[in-house]
Amino acid sequence: MSVRVRVPTPLRRFTAGAEEVGVSGETIGHVVEDLDRKFPGMKERVCDEQGRVRRFVNIYVNGDDIRFLSSLETPVKDGDEVAIVPAIAGG
Amino acid sequence: MLLKFGVEMDTEAGRFGQGIGPEEKERLRRGRVLIVGVGGLGSPVALHLASAGIGTLGLIDFDTVDLSNLHRQIIYRTPDIGRPKAAVAAARLRAAYPNVSVECFQERLSPANLPDIFPQYDFIIDGTDRIVSKYLVNDGAVLCGVPFSHAGVSGFHGQTMTVVPRQSACFRCLFPVPPPEGEIPSCQEAGIIGALAGSIGLLQAVEALKSVLRIGTLLTNRMLIYDALQEHWRTVQLSRDRQCPLCGEQPSIRRIASIESVNEDCG
Repeated sequence: MSVRVRVPTPLRRFTAGAEEVGVSGETIGHVVEDLDRKFPGMKERVCDEQGRVRRFVNIYVNGDDIRFLSSLETPVKDGDEVAIVPAIAGG
Repeated sequence: MLLKFGVEMDTEAGRFGQGIGPEEKERLRRGRVLIVGVGGLGSPVALHLASAGIGTLGLIDFDTVDLSNLHRQIIYRTPDIGRPKAAVAAARLRAAYPNVSVECFQERLSPANLPDIFPQYDFIIDGTDRIVSKYLVNDGAVLCGVPFSHAGVSGFHGQTMTVVPRQSACFRCLFPVPPPEGEIPSCQEAGIIGALAGSIGLLQAVEALKSVLRIGTLLTNRMLIYDALQEHWRTVQLSRDRQCPLCGEQPSIRRIASIESVNEDCG
């Protein structure tokens, strides 16, 4: 499955500034793995040492929060839009 | 008499409450909004709520004006450097909008002073610049039952959501615990484009006005995300988390406490 991932500004240093990247996978977990293969360092920003999504980062599939779906097991299909939304501090 | 009439024309009919009816004008006049942090977000919020004719504006900020603030904290001027932000902002607002009552708290928001301050207001603006402060505002506003506008800005990225306590998703419904030290870049590391902070701050001001006037639909259960570099606005749907540590069914946070995490001040 090929999906588009919206990369938040703070993580774009891993994607050479790209705001949207294409990756593949059957689940969000696969998507994160493929992201990290193509853009090393991304997984560590999104997931903790146990491989769980960090609690100040949320992932949305077509606008729905994966915490209320099946977390990293949430399936994706061709053309889905995955958005990574971190907490932002400044003001 | 003519002069008095002229002043009344200026303040009541001419200056404030353009485009709203008498009932809304009264709500505006009675409205009390607190701005926590008069910085890149809080400056434009303060100016626009005062110019709109809000009845009472509370300002809380412990910091002093620094040269590095001036590009985005537009209520301050170069001669203000070194002076306390809350007092400078209050003086400027009182001079420009004498009909607005400005309440000034020249102190750092803390679990000690929050329970006395928050319940005095109808709506709160989170204009803080540290992630731990944003959690403190969220926790305090939810526990005190005061609706508020959350926002965060970094570089060319901004996001905002409005919280109506126990009716809509709070910040902890999204992000249950604060990040560890250094996990989120501080303002000084990431930089903030002044106009970006202004854009998001003005959205917060509009939310405050809508809440006070009781019109329209608030930005609840949604987060509005602004990618200024791509000129892309997106909204993600949020919902209350039944397991939220603050407003869920079995909350672990029952009183306002200091937030365990550290991030650099933005000076």
